[in-house]
Amino acid sequence: MESSVMKRERPSSEQELSNTPVKRKAASAAMSEARSGEIPKETIGDISHPDPVMVCRGVNVFYADKQAIFDVDLDIGRNQVISMIGPSGCGKSTFLRCLNRMNDTIDIARVTGSISLDGTDIYDRKLDVVPLRARVGMVFQKPNPFPKSIYENVAYGPRIHGLARDKVELDEIVHSSLERAGLLKEVKDRLEQPGTGLSGGQQQRLCIARAIAVSPEVILMDEPCSALDPIATARIEDLIDELKENYTICIVTHSMQQAARVSQRTAYFHLGYLVEVDETDKIFTNPSHKLTEDYITGRFG
Amino acid sequence: MTATTLLLTVLLLSVAGFVLGRRRAFTVADARGGIRSLHSLPGHYGLYTAIWVGLPALLLLFLWQSVEPSILTELVARDLSAEVLELPPERVGLIMNDVKNLVAGNIVSGEISPEIRTAADHWERLESGFRWSRTILIAALAILGFVWARRFISPDLRARNRVEGVVRVTLIACSTIAIFTTVGIVLSVLFESIRFFQAVPITEFLFGLEWSPQIAIRADQVGGSGAFGAVPLFTGTLLIAGIAMLVAAPIGLMTAIYLAEYAPRHVRTVAKPLLEILAGIPTVVYGFFAALTVAPLIREFGESVGMNVASESALAAGLVMGVMIIPFVSSLSDDVINAVPQAMRDGAYALGATKSETTRQVIIPAALPGIVGGLLLATSRAIGETMIVVMAAGLAANLTGNPLEAVTTVTVQIVTLLVGDQEFDSPKTLAAFALSLVLFLVTLVLNVIALQVVKKYREQYE
Repeated sequence: MESSVMKRERPSSEQELSNTPVKRKAASAAMSEARSGEIPKETIGDISHPDPVMVCRGVNVFYADKQAIFDVDLDIGRNQVISMIGPSGCGKSTFLRCLNRMNDTIDIARVTGSISLDGTDIYDRKLDVVPLRARVGMVFQKPNPFPKSIYENVAYGPRIHGLARDKVELDEIVHSSLERAGLLKEVKDRLEQPGTGLSGGQQQRLCIARAIAVSPEVILMDEPCSALDPIATARIEDLIDELKENYTICIVTHSMQQAARVSQRTAYFHLGYLVEVDETDKIFTNPSHKLTEDYITGRFG
Repeated sequence: MTATTLLLTVLLLSVAGFVLGRRRAFTVADARGGIRSLHSLPGHYGLYTAIWVGLPALLLLFLWQSVEPSILTELVARDLSAEVLELPPERVGLIMNDVKNLVAGNIVSGEISPEIRTAADHWERLESGFRWSRTILIAALAILGFVWARRFISPDLRARNRVEGVVRVTLIACSTIAIFTTVGIVLSVLFESIRFFQAVPITEFLFGLEWSPQIAIRADQVGGSGAFGAVPLFTGTLLIAGIAMLVAAPIGLMTAIYLAEYAPRHVRTVAKPLLEILAGIPTVVYGFFAALTVAPLIREFGESVGMNVASESALAAGLVMGVMIIPFVSSLSDDVINAVPQAMRDGAYALGATKSETTRQVIIPAALPGIVGGLLLATSRAIGETMIVVMAAGLAANLTGNPLEAVTTVTVQIVTLLVGDQEFDSPKTLAAFALSLVLFLVTLVLNVIALQVVKKYREQYE
């Protein structure tokens, strides 16, 4: 994970803010800061969405004593693509991994605040992560198909969640998932061959097929194209565009063109803070905050 | 000079060659416009010179040392009187032994005849002459090497490539030593086995059901039936190794899974070294633990439930051997499980797989080739293990599949056949070589089978 640890000390003006549970309210002060290039006290733009799937409020993430995410509020709208951009180490991947509790697998990670999926708090002690991860799937930076056949890769999720009653149903799920991931045509004659024998782009689409085979509501994508060539990238981007009909997608990307092409909303992270979030068009044509502007115009990052 | 002083001298000369060669490189470089005009680093020219000084001289020394004794013997023996030379070769050899002992100042057998005294004086004269010529020759060769190398040092000399070439040849020579040793062992075992099979038919050895390697040396001796059927030994070996693997494979594997996947870091840092201590206990200690603690326990327990258990049982030896090889299995499996990329785990967790599902369905299949390799190593270790079975399994060659009876193994029999004073022309002693040969072939076949299995079922990541 590239995002993990904060490299720099936070600006001192923010010190007491993150240590006190008081919510940041001063909206008027935010606009004056926006031009100064400092991290704003409150996220600029509209963090809420009229039809949210996931609602995050006051999310903080700590790796041991280091804080990686500071008090992030964000709604993730249904059936749309939200992209998360920002320089390396800004916490976007860390935040993404909070959304299906993948940070649980890291011993030293600790998450506070609330994240809910369709109104249910996913960090509730009583909640089981197994069904949660079936509802919030994930695709990783490097394609990571299992060392099994193509069929077995896609069938794995439905199997462990008991989604298919018999072989016929399982076949049906595997075929439709591969179809929706745009891979079926290329692999239908060699479903029994190992998934690791595919090309990088095909492997990544296999991973997407594997994720959608369990019919999640949200798919998290952590730089899904950074290990792929431009042609494979274009195919994945087309796929993301099609998938948003049925799924909600959160994508972390280092490519601003990609964010502009595939997403409807964009969130800009900086040093663990969510600086600005808005419609993608607005962010890329008329960003409000100087940091966002500097980043998207390529002045740093 | 003695050989050791000579060796040290050559090494010193070689070091001097390095220094001078390096200095020479600087000199020739200055004439051409600085150190950059050299093809290689000055140190390479030094090494090049050192090799020319040291290597031929050392090779000559080695060669000289290996042929000198036989030449000396030949020269001295030629001057012995005609009546001595007419004796059979063994007697001449004995007389030459007396001569050598006299020279070395050791105790000589019997009276020293004037002839032997003369021969010894002759030997000493020759030897001192040889020493002088050896020293002079080797020193000359070293100096010649130096002059030779120095003449060649020029900015165009590709000293680095030459030195690298010598390094490569040296490495190849070292690696072939291991291979030739293996070949040598196999051949020596093979030739002795052939001698054994001339006395005992190979079919009787391989398929005979009775093992009783006592042979009457004299015609009037009794009690030596001399049956050389190896089947009871191999069943005993497989029985004990099987019991050991039944203990070690599941326990070792589950230990590895716990350590690699479940254990918190601090538990792992303590538990892994502790497990490896188990591997460091000498097998002799395991042996008396098996014989004095485990075997009686098993017997008492067996008797309390009304079973007849031998005081030296296959079960006791197998159980203790299993405990002994747990660390092999767990340590090797732990390493391969750790080598499975984290991306595999993330992929499974992100689909909602639980820890045990991930381990069973993703991690273990990916690590399988390494795990099978580890199990295989443990198996050959179990088959070859000697000390525990010598102490705990007994010597009775019973052909049985019952783990509660005493059995014996191939290694135990090899030990009993070769311990003590033995004559190397009786089938009894030679049987040990035949057993070793078959044991070697069995482990070889096991290895080949396992490699095929791994190849077929390996699931590759990356």
